[in-house]
Amino acid sequence: MFARLLAVAGAVAAFVAAPGLRAQEMVAPDALVRNVTLEVADILRKDKDIQSDRKKLVALVDAKIVPHFNFTSMTASAVGANWAKATPEQKAKLADEFRTLMVRTYASSIATFRDQKFDFRPLRASPTDTDVTVNVRVIQPGAQPVKIDYDMEKTPRGWKVWDVRVADISLTANYRTEFSNIVRDSGIDGLIKALHAKNSGVPDKPAASAAAPEAPASEMKKKR
Amino acid sequence: MTGTRETAGGGWVVHARALVAALVFALVSGCATTSGGDPRDPFEGFNRAMYTFNDGLDTVVVKPVSTVYKTITPDPVRTWVRNFFANIEDVFIGVNNMLQGKFVDGWTDWVRFAFNTTLGVAGINDVASEMGLEKHNEDFGQTFGRWGIGSGPYLVLPLFGPSSARDFGGLWLDWTADPLWYYTRPIALRNSLAFLRGVSRRTDLLDASRILEEAALDKYVFQRDAYLQRRRALIYDGNPPRDGSSRLREEPSADAPTATPGVARMQAADQVLEAPAATPPAVLAADQGER
Repeated sequence: MFARLLAVAGAVAAFVAAPGLRAQEMVAPDALVRNVTLEVADILRKDKDIQSDRKKLVALVDAKIVPHFNFTSMTASAVGANWAKATPEQKAKLADEFRTLMVRTYASSIATFRDQKFDFRPLRASPTDTDVTVNVRVIQPGAQPVKIDYDMEKTPRGWKVWDVRVADISLTANYRTEFSNIVRDSGIDGLIKALHAKNSGVPDKPAASAAAPEAPASEMKKKR
Repeated sequence: MTGTRETAGGGWVVHARALVAALVFALVSGCATTSGGDPRDPFEGFNRAMYTFNDGLDTVVVKPVSTVYKTITPDPVRTWVRNFFANIEDVFIGVNNMLQGKFVDGWTDWVRFAFNTTLGVAGINDVASEMGLEKHNEDFGQTFGRWGIGSGPYLVLPLFGPSSARDFGGLWLDWTADPLWYYTRPIALRNSLAFLRGVSRRTDLLDASRILEEAALDKYVFQRDAYLQRRRALIYDGNPPRDGSSRLREEPSADAPTATPGVARMQAADQVLEAPAATPPAVLAADQGER
């Protein structure tokens, strides 16, 4: 685990030190997904308390997962046609709020991790591709494997995820109708406000999340 | 269809009639409440009411029961229960694969059933998966989709949740063909098993429902769009057809009728995504037609 950490750290350092690196020397997208997934799974396995500690989960997501996502691309995909109508400031705010929402959602989903195994499928792409899909299967005892596909794009700072498809449901596409409805009714600023309200924990149904058995009462507080 | 089942499942027929009545009501009230909404969801008014009903029922009854079930049963027991019901399903998953012309898959499903029922002790152990015989996900709704029938309007069914006109028809056949429902006697045993199956399924979704709470701004819309995306993908077994030009029209035109190709192109440029080889998934929700 420590060796892997070092390897990733080394790779990251290499990027920072030599921005002019040639494409082949980047960590390949499938290797990146594999490294990060196994590393996070390892941390969750070793630290049994982390899954009930939302603050720690969010910190983990922030440290290990967030750096490999391109939230601007992700937000653009989720906002759809209206993205082009947003000003640069609005885009920055949207991406920021969407990032917070994704971090929280990711924290919730890794809170459900129960020692599942992963099947990393071989990458089917040519070396010149700049947009690839990395396929992972989460193997659970007694249930069908769950497909998780990462759509990744090549950037000067390495491969970045711009969409996640769980069981063939694209996360960004799933927000598109919702977001365009809000923009239609109250504009881009309305969407920023709605996202901010969601992230600040102004729940439309506080009772529902309080009733969730594994959601600690402290969760509401963490939402700030 | 139902007439032949009077003796075997009279209770279900009554139940089905109530469902039909509810749906007719849905069509009528839905028509009345349509107001410039999503074209895939003309009965949004009714659907939202049903969603609220289901959600309330879930919060008050179903989720607590599932949570208790999860608390009092050890993991292996829940796996046995899940496998037992999943094994019964394999028979008609096979039938549906055959109907879709996927004969190897269909045969695999039946071989799975044979192995799991015998070696797996009435299906409680999924030995077939360990042997490399992968489980499939098929139902009559998917078969209809494969045959070229569009999904039709989105529907939220009481108790059953998200569905569509096509999938409701499929669900009807799924139930008609359900061995547990029609051949298990006495009725008390059948009802107990059906209840256990329902609880088992809901329990598997406890985690998912928590994530939904976290992710969605409007849970109704989020769940609907996820359902439509998922069903479309299932019909094509995870490989829905895409065309190279779809990248430029990834915005659902239904939701943004004013979107011009220019705007779309600007947006595509914004994302610095031009590779047609690794086709982006963002178009999934945009493509309404199943074909």
